[in-house]
Amino acid sequence: MHYADYILLIPLLPLAAFLLLGLAGRNRLRKSAGLIASVLMLVSCTLALYAAWRYFFVDGLVDGVYRQIVPVRYNWLIFSPGLSVDMGILLDPISVMMLVVVTFVSLMVHIFSLGYMKGEERFTTYYAFLSLFTFSMLGLVAASNILETYIFWELVGLSSYLLIGFYYDRPAAVSAAKKAFIVTRFADLGFLIGILILAFQAGTLDFNTLIARLTDAGSPQFAGITAASFLGISLLGWALGLVFIGGAGKSAMFPLHIWLPDAMEGPTPVSALIHAATMVVAGVYLVARLFPVFSMDPPVLQIVTWVGALSAAFAAIVACTQTDIKKVLAFSTMSQIGYMMFALGVARQGGEAGLGYTASLFHLFTHAFFKSLLFLCAGSIIHVVHSNELKEMGGLRKRMPFTHIAFLIGCLAIAGIPPFSGFFSKEEILLAAWRSNALVYGIGLVVSAITAFYMFRLYFSIFWHESRIPDRNDGSHSAGEALSSPEGGLEGSPGMKFSLVVLSAGALLAGLVPFSRFIVPDERPHDSHTPLSFSILPVSLALGAILLAGWLYRRGNDRAEKLKIGLGRLYQVVYQKFYIDEAYIFITKKIVFPLVGRPAAWVDKHIIDGLMNGLALIVAKVAWLIRGIQSGRLQQYMLYFFAGAFGLVLLFVYYFNHLHT
Amino acid sequence: MPKDFFALMKGELLVGLLIIVLLFLKIGNKQRSNETLLRLINGLLLFNLAAGFFCIRPGNLFGNSFQTDPLRILEKNMLSLGTLIISLQAYDWLRQHKHVVEFYILLLSTLLGMFFMISAGNLLLFFVGLELSTIPLAALVNFDLDKKPSSEAAIKFILSSAFSSGLLLFGISMLYGTTGTIEFAILPQRLDGDPLQLFSMILVLTGFAFKISVVPFHLWTADVYEGAPVAVTSYLSVVSKAAILFVLTPVLYTVFKSPGDTWVPILFLLSILTIIVGNLFALRQQNMKRFLAFSSISQMGFILIGIGGQSAEGRSAVIYFLLIYIFSNLGAFGVVALMSARAGRERIDDYKGFYKSHPALSWVLAISLFSLAGIPPTAGFFGKFFLLLAGAGKAHYWLIALAALNMVISLYYYLRIVKAMFMDESREPVEKMRTGMPAKIALTVCVGGILVTGLASGAYQYMHSLIAR
Repeated sequence: MHYADYILLIPLLPLAAFLLLGLAGRNRLRKSAGLIASVLMLVSCTLALYAAWRYFFVDGLVDGVYRQIVPVRYNWLIFSPGLSVDMGILLDPISVMMLVVVTFVSLMVHIFSLGYMKGEERFTTYYAFLSLFTFSMLGLVAASNILETYIFWELVGLSSYLLIGFYYDRPAAVSAAKKAFIVTRFADLGFLIGILILAFQAGTLDFNTLIARLTDAGSPQFAGITAASFLGISLLGWALGLVFIGGAGKSAMFPLHIWLPDAMEGPTPVSALIHAATMVVAGVYLVARLFPVFSMDPPVLQIVTWVGALSAAFAAIVACTQTDIKKVLAFSTMSQIGYMMFALGVARQGGEAGLGYTASLFHLFTHAFFKSLLFLCAGSIIHVVHSNELKEMGGLRKRMPFTHIAFLIGCLAIAGIPPFSGFFSKEEILLAAWRSNALVYGIGLVVSAITAFYMFRLYFSIFWHESRIPDRNDGSHSAGEALSSPEGGLEGSPGMKFSLVVLSAGALLAGLVPFSRFIVPDERPHDSHTPLSFSILPVSLALGAILLAGWLYRRGNDRAEKLKIGLGRLYQVVYQKFYIDEAYIFITKKIVFPLVGRPAAWVDKHIIDGLMNGLALIVAKVAWLIRGIQSGRLQQYMLYFFAGAFGLVLLFVYYFNHLHT
Repeated sequence: MPKDFFALMKGELLVGLLIIVLLFLKIGNKQRSNETLLRLINGLLLFNLAAGFFCIRPGNLFGNSFQTDPLRILEKNMLSLGTLIISLQAYDWLRQHKHVVEFYILLLSTLLGMFFMISAGNLLLFFVGLELSTIPLAALVNFDLDKKPSSEAAIKFILSSAFSSGLLLFGISMLYGTTGTIEFAILPQRLDGDPLQLFSMILVLTGFAFKISVVPFHLWTADVYEGAPVAVTSYLSVVSKAAILFVLTPVLYTVFKSPGDTWVPILFLLSILTIIVGNLFALRQQNMKRFLAFSSISQMGFILIGIGGQSAEGRSAVIYFLLIYIFSNLGAFGVVALMSARAGRERIDDYKGFYKSHPALSWVLAISLFSLAGIPPTAGFFGKFFLLLAGAGKAHYWLIALAALNMVISLYYYLRIVKAMFMDESREPVEKMRTGMPAKIALTVCVGGILVTGLASGAYQYMHSLIAR
């Protein structure tokens, strides 16, 4: 089969599921909604795997270079000759890889949710939203045009908003959804302006042409965008920096991360799909997509590096103190994405220098498996315990042996213990950092040890320790979600178990993929090896951290409590996430609102409303007007009007002089 | 010549004919029920719209004072479409009104005025058209005859209009005085950068700015919008503004082409001021009509950015955006009109829990608001994106950044209404309203327009090809 014959089906099948479930209403397909969506997803995933096989092993590699294929392109809106918005699908190594990751994880989440969300009143709606999200995400990764990416980028944000706020009767969920939407919208603003600059300077919105023009140092477009500058920074720097802001917002990079912990109010499988494996890595994907252009401007890559490194360290430290299992996982996601970002930041174009790029996407790939696995396990646990709080868990290894093993695999993978998948990708990232920047390497090393520590803190507190759960399981704790007790015993239905098994296998084996033979920045694959001796330090640090976590949390003791008291103030600061949320609230409530909102309110109140006082006055005014006496208000309007005209004249005089001197 | 006369002026003649038919209906003795009348009139308006798509040819009449070409006919068709949609939406309100025929006579008179304004080849016909489109509007604003705010709004409207027309006329006369011509075709050659000419340009610009409520000439807007009947408000905010913008763009692009570097920065300043003030005030409104008034003010600011691009793309982007704006704003106003006519409620709080009782209407309003806010993939996003892209041609990046920032701020207040409808509970929910057939058709057209012009659009390319010709 030719790509054009089936590639469109990959995103369109989830869209069909959304339309079917959305339009048919929540009652007619209530029973079969999950099944319909899952089957369509299965087909879509199979097609994506087939396309990946074709691309990587049959016809993608031509003369040692992975070619870019655009099997579908629909000329949609032509703004001016040369500048058009197309809808198309671009196949290159990273988009093919992402298609596989998104469809695969989405399929697992679809299957897991069959059992997990059973009995939920808005079951159909849930699957409709899930399908909408998958469609948007697939559109985002496969887009051939930067504006097409942006459109799907917004759609992804919208579906994420709908899914975070899925339990719309909980105020926390509604406000979390709103927060996520607003924060990412502000970041997207940067993306949009970046697109405007790129589009205008490069004269195209098409990725291939854009990259070709802006990486060719001799092209007029490149000369134009680097020659023009604004506030001392070249327009290229501005455009890329603004695009990166958009990416940082979606990927919850410091300081735009504040929405991610709150977003955990959504159903847990949703967190696994959106806030672990797919949507939050969109920022990494965006930078990778434009990497050839980014590599033309090293200062912006420096920013990418340091934002990534700072986010990785910040989130890892905060994760050590959180007591909500999903929040710990959320911060760990942020920290791992920070890894991917700085790996991209230290990469350069060509050969061995491109290691960071390969490593970043490799980590994205392995992370998708083990992090969604961890989230789905957390879902199972929350299902049983009816609480997100670590304090209410403990000793679960006997009651949930199956989940226990799966969670342990996830923890070992994220901690970077060989031979689990996370080990391979993390070693590559550290190697790339080591080769370019010793300080970044140092941060990466420390963060990797902290990661091992907090993940095993989680593991020991949940599965070891002593049991803190009352034996009854009557659902009297209403804090959990999906209140019906799961089918098929404590650990959920066969479908739920199946997803966990498959993802565990992924977390175990994904690291064996020789990534540099598929994904490199200049599309010229080669073999690369991480020297064995390089791994000794990180792995032994991680093992040490695991032992420390075991010593503190494996049995009930007061060591952890003592440590907490010993750290005192410092612990509080970290526990409160360095007061970043509070800082935002301070800035908006105390600075922005008074400076902008209040004067506006004052004008409205005193000039607009103040003049609208009551019907009686209006009657009197109308009477006056008819008698030929004008109301003060109209006179005032005319005054403004005239002042405005006068102001314009003054302005014009200024410009006139300006132009003619 | 007579053949040309009928062919080229067919739009104006048809509207004139409709007015005469309505006059006969009024003076005829036969009593007809409002329903029959409204059906008849809506049928005639539909015919008027359909006729606009036939016999499209360029030409001049009356010594070049009347000009027509495919682009102008397209613009007139857009106005006819807007009028028809509003008429359908006003069905529920007019059914109980005593003066249906008068309403339409006034409405069609303003439409006729706009047609002449668009086709004007000189300043004189333009001014006559403008006045013909303004004065009957004042009477329309007063059409809630038993409501005092409506009368107040009418007085305000007519007085402010008179003032702005005065300034405009002052500018026109000075222009004539310094150049000795009123022909649009000759004016550009006679403009030699004389300060008095530029001063008159500012005055003309001010007159236009008033009509499309650009800050700081916007003060009349909110009061008039709030006081006027919903149908008239939507007419004022959509059709009337579109007509002015259809004229403003070519006047700036052709007549005032040479002093372009003077008006472009002024236009940009006004646009950003308009967007910001419109947004800040829209944030605080409790009344739906006032809210839409301020939202429309900020939309005008975006249009000015597109005009400031000073290119064929800029002009196409403006017309394209206006087409989308007709659908989006009328979609929103349609729901508001229904609420006002059937339940007598106009506050934002009244929309709490609206989704529970009226799911379909809630979706219509939500899609319209999303389009106004510029969220992809609704058409509004592409409209705004193209305006910004056209404006970016002048490389004022601060301005583009500020405008884009305001797109995010505006999102907040549009979402406020969506949230009220879908997420909030109401203590006194609106009773289930029956949506009449005409309103249903109108809203379907609006939603269809929003989705189609955004998703599959030859519209922009068609406009661009007409302009680039």
